[in-house]
Amino acid sequence: MNITRRSLLGGIAAVGAAPLVAPVRGWAAEDTIKVGILHSLSGTMAISETTLKDVMLMLIAQQNAKGGVLGKKLEPVVVDPASNWPLFAEKARELISQDKVAVVFGCWTSVSRKSVLPVFKELDNILFYPVQYEGQESERNVFYTGAAPNQQAIPAVDYLMSEDGGSVKRWVLEGTDYVYPRTTNKILEAYLKSKGVAAEDIMINYTPFSFSDWQTEVSKIKAFGSAGKKTAVVSTINGDANVPFYKELANQGIKAEDIPVCAFSVGEEELAGLDTKPLVGHLAAWNYFESIKTPENEAFIAEWHKFTGNPKRVTNDPMEAHYIGFNMWVKAVEKAGTIKADTVIDTLPGIKTPNLTGGVAEMLPNHHITKPVYVGEIQEDGQFDVVWQTKGLVPGQPWSPYLPESKNLVSDWVKLKCGNYDTVKKICLGAKS
Amino acid sequence: MTSLLRAVLTICALLYASVAVADDFSALVQALPKGSYHARSVVVKKLGLLGDARAVPVLKALNNDDLKVAGDGTVLIVNDTTGAATSAIGGAAMGKPDPNSLDRVKANNMVRRAIRTAIGMLTLRDPDPAKRMKAAEDALKAADPEQIDALDAAISAERDAGVKAVMAEARAAAVLKSDAPEAQKLAAIHTLGDRGDNAALAALVPVANSKEPALAQAAKTALSAIREAQQFWRLAQNIWFGLSLGSVLLLAAVGLAITFGVMGVINMAHGELVMLGAYTTFVVQQVIRADAPGLFGWSLAIAAPLAFLVSGAVGIAIERGIVRHLYGRPLETLLATWGVSLILQQAVRTIFGPDNRDVGNPGWMSGAFKIGQMQVTWNRLWILIFCLAVFAVLLAVLKKTPIGLQMRAVTQNRAMAANMGIRTGGVDALTFGLGAGIAGLAGVALSQVDNVSPNLGQNYIVDSFMVVVFGGAGNIWGTLAGAFTLGIANKFLEPFSGAVLAKILILVGIILFIQKRPRGLFAVKGRAVES
Repeated sequence: MNITRRSLLGGIAAVGAAPLVAPVRGWAAEDTIKVGILHSLSGTMAISETTLKDVMLMLIAQQNAKGGVLGKKLEPVVVDPASNWPLFAEKARELISQDKVAVVFGCWTSVSRKSVLPVFKELDNILFYPVQYEGQESERNVFYTGAAPNQQAIPAVDYLMSEDGGSVKRWVLEGTDYVYPRTTNKILEAYLKSKGVAAEDIMINYTPFSFSDWQTEVSKIKAFGSAGKKTAVVSTINGDANVPFYKELANQGIKAEDIPVCAFSVGEEELAGLDTKPLVGHLAAWNYFESIKTPENEAFIAEWHKFTGNPKRVTNDPMEAHYIGFNMWVKAVEKAGTIKADTVIDTLPGIKTPNLTGGVAEMLPNHHITKPVYVGEIQEDGQFDVVWQTKGLVPGQPWSPYLPESKNLVSDWVKLKCGNYDTVKKICLGAKS
Repeated sequence: MTSLLRAVLTICALLYASVAVADDFSALVQALPKGSYHARSVVVKKLGLLGDARAVPVLKALNNDDLKVAGDGTVLIVNDTTGAATSAIGGAAMGKPDPNSLDRVKANNMVRRAIRTAIGMLTLRDPDPAKRMKAAEDALKAADPEQIDALDAAISAERDAGVKAVMAEARAAAVLKSDAPEAQKLAAIHTLGDRGDNAALAALVPVANSKEPALAQAAKTALSAIREAQQFWRLAQNIWFGLSLGSVLLLAAVGLAITFGVMGVINMAHGELVMLGAYTTFVVQQVIRADAPGLFGWSLAIAAPLAFLVSGAVGIAIERGIVRHLYGRPLETLLATWGVSLILQQAVRTIFGPDNRDVGNPGWMSGAFKIGQMQVTWNRLWILIFCLAVFAVLLAVLKKTPIGLQMRAVTQNRAMAANMGIRTGGVDALTFGLGAGIAGLAGVALSQVDNVSPNLGQNYIVDSFMVVVFGGAGNIWGTLAGAFTLGIANKFLEPFSGAVLAKILILVGIILFIQKRPRGLFAVKGRAVES
């Protein structure tokens, strides 16, 4: 990072103004289509979500350069929900009622998504949600472009159980204490047991948000790993807590060859704050890696560097999800010939658009998309090296077949018009579950 | 004549043998790029068992991603920085091939594990005892019956008693996995039982579940002895973890002990002053990386005084600009400083970006060493030492210097101090600046264990207040005792209750304690309190 005097002065000047200009409005053109961007630009989640705001601005600028949509320019409306979950709902309402946006791209944490759901249902608008999540949800107004558990967690565990992945027999499920890790670990625990793993070979730990003293947890993992069976850690540790976790692993000498850690929330962006040399070989499972060489991806990365003016800015999985989601929305609007939410919601299933890794993402009737799954190992340069990938594209599956409460549920917004249809009782459970 | 013929035949045989070995080696190296990761790790293992030292650079190159294969199938070792290539088989220089024409021979964890074991096998007879020690430790981790012969040979040639013992333990672990006779396995159990650490546990646990009753019994006895011994070390380890957590808490809280404890200002921006210290460290490291990489080991020593000055200056600015107008109005101070904390956070976010910044650990802050079965990480040890040093200096400043005397005088009785000719305004600013500067020092230390992001301060502000209130506001020693008590209590609770519940229990404990003793552990007594 270069700190020039001008950027420093500019920064200081911006500081005074920052709280005043937080809701950045685009140009006030008379006839535009407004696109809402609902990502935290301050508070704990700013670390991850600011990038998504930037990538949306880039995608919208690109589309405008191509002539916009339906002959109109797109106008981004950026608001800052400040990592404050109730504020997400307020800002969503503001975007839809006041700014009259046609669609919203936003949210990161599951709790923020849950907080805006009622608003989107009530005001009937569209939300594109770009982050991997715990599943067990399918809403008419939400399109999930991130991974469902069967597109990330389950394949990653399959890899670790395979011969190439080290034939892991003993599992530590380590997570931050909130809904995504808890649900994912519940699914994984049921899945592991269905594969014949004994209860004593699974250890589940939770730590608070922003946990920084990992000494006890890491030594616990070390002790658990010395039972003569190949052990791996499946990490759903989120955000801030990852850096001290990996630092402690490195300092206590846990190498990826002995106890690999496979993370679901650590990507290129998170590694940028770390010295990655001691972490070589630890794993992450995603549907996209910056290191994957395809012409689409190379073009995207080049555009990103040009747009941000920073040749070192990395790209990551949720950015690709927004890329896919945005292109799907543009296609759907052009096919429908209108931006009316109801029509666009009905048009979206079946829309196909290329992803960045050489495949084609299709919006399914359950409002999830098809994705490839990759397992990558951390490299010295902070990038991931793909060591395994699924044979084809995996269709997203919101309801986990491994949990008793959801094994009979399916979601189909095209034929059944229902997000939680019970295939045994043959009824739509509707909003009450 | 016959003797001559025999000699010729012997030479031929020898030549043939060496050619055969060379062929094995080159065939194996040629096979490396082919097949799956599993196939590659099998080839690596064979290279290790071949006992040919030429394999070492090839395996190291594979481990470091420097092994490449050209379009015609030649396997090359390519130097990362210069791009110069050498043949992996003959070692001949091959010029500088175009990087795009080469494919990397990839390694994953499984292959890397095989490489570690193979290099271990090849360096068991290395002249350097440290390398032999590492090789023996790696062999212990691998515990592969096929290593027994090589280990036997190495043990008989070994002079260093320490290395020899580890080799014997590695052999024992391998024997337990082999189909050796029971007597040998019993001896192996005994050897590993004496080692008594996690590695021994890993080797013994599967035996304890085996079907042969005598072996299972012996292993169980050894295991329970190890676990009993580990009880003691676990206690020691918990105390150490507690001390190191306490040192982090103390560092974060000791600045607050001055601004809040001594001056009575509720400074919600305290955490952000810590964060500024951490970002100062980042900037110092950035400059060093760019201009003087040789000084990197000194980066923290250079950053510490700078962080003190930066945070101290910001602290004085806050005091002069805001806090001084609000003395005696705690609620307004709280709100105003909270606003300052948000401004500082957003300022840093605007200048440095919202994501984490990479603050490196100098060599002397990385890794760990062992005391018995207890592992002590260097960074935690240095932070403990640093924190005690800061505490000692602070105490000396407060107790032994004229400015310290004035600080105490002003905070205890402002009117009287003013009458004695002390410029109370200036002393207020200096005291606040001292507290803020120490927060900056805490930031330097925290940058080594936590992530440097604009949120760094928020994670410590609640803990800091907890420590100061628990220890007793106004008493620096109370802060020390409070920090270490909370640290150790937390670390003893954590293994049983989990991290989340431990934190809650501590908080509940403090609330109950404050009910009983509202002024904390070490209450300040005397008339000053009443005013």
